[in-house]
Amino acid sequence: MNKIRIIKPGLLSTIQDAGRWGFQKYGMPVSGAMDLYSLKLANELVGNDPSEACIEATMNGPSVEFLHDCYISVCGADMQAIINGNSIEMYRTILVNKGSNLSFKGLKTGLRSYIAFAGGVNVPLVMGSKSTYLRGKIGGFHGRKLQKGDEIEIGTYNKNLDFKKILKNKIPVFKDHFVARIIPGPEANCFTVKGLADFLNSEYTLTEQCDRMGYRLAGTKIEHKLSADIISSGIAFGTVQVPSHGEPIIMMADRQTIGGYARIGNIISEDLPYLAQLKPGDKIRFKEIKLNEI
Amino acid sequence: MLKYLPLGDKAFLVKIGNGISPETHIKVQNFSKLLEEKKLKGIIEVTPAYNEILISYDPGVLNYKKLISELRELEKEKINLYAELKRIIHIPVCYEAEYAPDLEMVASLNDISINEVVKIHASNEYLVYMLGFTPGFCYLGGMNEKIATPRKETPRTSIEAGSVGIAGKQTGIYPIDSPGGWQIIGKTPLKLFNPKSEPHFFIEPGCYLKFYRISKIEFESIKMQVEQNSFAIKIEAKNE
Repeated sequence: MNKIRIIKPGLLSTIQDAGRWGFQKYGMPVSGAMDLYSLKLANELVGNDPSEACIEATMNGPSVEFLHDCYISVCGADMQAIINGNSIEMYRTILVNKGSNLSFKGLKTGLRSYIAFAGGVNVPLVMGSKSTYLRGKIGGFHGRKLQKGDEIEIGTYNKNLDFKKILKNKIPVFKDHFVARIIPGPEANCFTVKGLADFLNSEYTLTEQCDRMGYRLAGTKIEHKLSADIISSGIAFGTVQVPSHGEPIIMMADRQTIGGYARIGNIISEDLPYLAQLKPGDKIRFKEIKLNEI
Repeated sequence: MLKYLPLGDKAFLVKIGNGISPETHIKVQNFSKLLEEKKLKGIIEVTPAYNEILISYDPGVLNYKKLISELRELEKEKINLYAELKRIIHIPVCYEAEYAPDLEMVASLNDISINEVVKIHASNEYLVYMLGFTPGFCYLGGMNEKIATPRKETPRTSIEAGSVGIAGKQTGIYPIDSPGGWQIIGKTPLKLFNPKSEPHFFIEPGCYLKFYRISKIEFESIKMQVEQNSFAIKIEAKNE
């Protein structure tokens, strides 16, 4: 059985796939990779199913020792990956030899990196998914973030894998500001004309209160017509809720299944990976788009 | 005609009614069950709430317009799948002091005895409107207002899974250890959420819960049976 060993876990490294679908009606969050596009690219490069599990590293990456030869790829945030001290290129297939060490010098752009392993990550499926749901302590590696000394099994794979590279025009560029396209939500009409205009014309700052569950933004307060509370109902990845304090909250991968605040809009799926790569202090603007314009 | 509202480009809502009522709930459950049974191509998941249904879909398989027109056709079907859901699940609860730190408070604030609080709490059948918030958390309807109690001013940092509480006019069970401000009046030895074995959840939206009082000894015994997967939860059909 092929294995890797975690020498240093990094700030927050978890196993994530494309999400745990099918149990939201029981209150089970979907979870999964925050940046689903990078997850997909990383898997493609090592011949995996696009929704296979990867390690999602946050802010500062882990240090990983390979106990066997393995093909890997690194996509998403640029944390300056190195193998045995030598820089490696992101967005391409890399053969790592037994005994080698993958680590990261430091974050340059983005926030979350995805490390894919040919053959995938061999953790048990919990309710159909390998994703870690930290609050529920389930999935991934024993339901928790990776720790020093963890030995994780890697799947078997074709030893004659083709080396691939992602074309430059398909590689996303992550900056410290982003304009997110948003489709008006079911409660868009619960806001005053001024409130909606403020929402679309202001710049918001991502606060420190941002995690895999949701992002709290700071900026111009958005005015409701009457109340911010709705009859609790479903929310999706990228739903923007505005509680009575007037500052928006964006629901992310570990979002709860039900929300109780006015849903002003929903960020389109193509833009969510960029959002997943923002850091506290980064700037967000919103641009309205209609569903039929995508 | 039902109302369809996009929630981004991979989900939309079906709006069934405007408030929280058993009538709207039945319509929500009927349509959700129908969608689950039809297994329409492109639909990933159906998540019913009080008065709306969230539908997650893959626009690469079927676009929004086509999906809506298929659902409009389904709306015409006269069905009553709801009947299947109507059952009462009996939930054992130990209301003894060790598991009920706030029972005395609930009794004194409502000016009744502890015994009466328990009697009232365990006498109603509670409709499971929906599940959400945390895995397995049930939004229950039908609590007697005689035992309504405001949330605690300072929430507890950790409440153990299985704790039964009251918050305002609502009662509920904590399915996983979590912080919370509910007044805790008892604890069930049942596991509302089993990530490791099936069924992962034994409570479905649309069924009813009824609590029954157990002693501390019974609590321990049921807990052991639950751990060995040998406890049979009492479930009966609900008659009108």
